[in-house]
Amino acid sequence: MALEVDGKSYETDEEGYLADLSQWTQPIAVALAKSENLDMTDSHWEVVNFLRSYYEEYQIAPAVRVLTKAIGKKLGKDKGNSKYLYELFPYGPAKQACKIAGLPKPTGCV
Amino acid sequence: MSDEMLNEEGNVQRTKKFMYVNRKAPYGTVYALESLEVVLIGAAFEQDVSVAFIDDGVYQLTKGQNTTDIGMKNFSPTYAALGDYEVTKIYVEKESLEKRGLTVDDLQHLVWEDEDEDYAEKDSIKVVSAEELGQIFADQDIMLNF
Repeated sequence: MALEVDGKSYETDEEGYLADLSQWTQPIAVALAKSENLDMTDSHWEVVNFLRSYYEEYQIAPAVRVLTKAIGKKLGKDKGNSKYLYELFPYGPAKQACKIAGLPKPTGCV
Repeated sequence: MSDEMLNEEGNVQRTKKFMYVNRKAPYGTVYALESLEVVLIGAAFEQDVSVAFIDDGVYQLTKGQNTTDIGMKNFSPTYAALGDYEVTKIYVEKESLEKRGLTVDDLQHLVWEDEDEDYAEKDSIKVVSAEELGQIFADQDIMLNF
C-alpha cells in the first residue's frame, strides 16, 4: 500500500502503518489521520508528539496502559485516562495515535 | 506464594509469578530481543513478573551498546521502559558479572517510579548471588528460559 501526500508516495504496510518512520512529517500525520477519519487538533498533536518522543527514547511504541499512565504524568491527571484518550482516538489510542505518529504497531497490541 | 483475587465470576484467581531467565548475549541470536518482547507483552496481563540475567545474558543490560557495524537494531534503550511496564524486579547474577570483569556500574541504571510515593525513582536491578537466585527461582510458578 502507499500513501499519497503532496504528490509524493510513501510506502505503508497492509494496515496503513508507515513503512519507514524516518520519512514522517506533519503533513503525513495529517494524511494518516484523515485515513482514520480524524481531524488533528492541538490535543491530538500533544499525544502524537508524546508518542514520538517515547519511541525515540525507548525504541518501542508503549502499550495503552503505559501510555495512559505516562500521559497522566506528563500532561496532567485529567488527560491520563482512557476516556480522554479514546475520545481523541476512538479506535484505540495506541493503534490510531501510533499510526498517525508514524510508529510501528505497539508490541502486544492485537 | 501468589496473591489470590476474585475474578468476575467470583472464583478465586491466582496471580502467577513469572520469571524470565536470560542467558545469551544480546546480538548474534534472536533470544534476547524475543525475550524482551515477551516480557513486555506478558506485563500487560498483570502477572507478577521478574526477569533474571545470567551468564552472557548480563551483556544485555550493558551501557553504550552500538550495533551500527552489525546491521541490527540496538534495542537496549527498551530495557529502560521496563519500569513503565511495572517490571520492577530485575535480578543480575553476581558471579556472571564477576567472571566477565563487569560491575553494576557497567550496566544501565534501570529505575521504576513509585506512584504511591510521588513518582519516587527506585532501582530495579538487584545483583544477587547464584545461591540467592536459586531461592528466588524456587519461589516462582512459571519459568521461561531464553
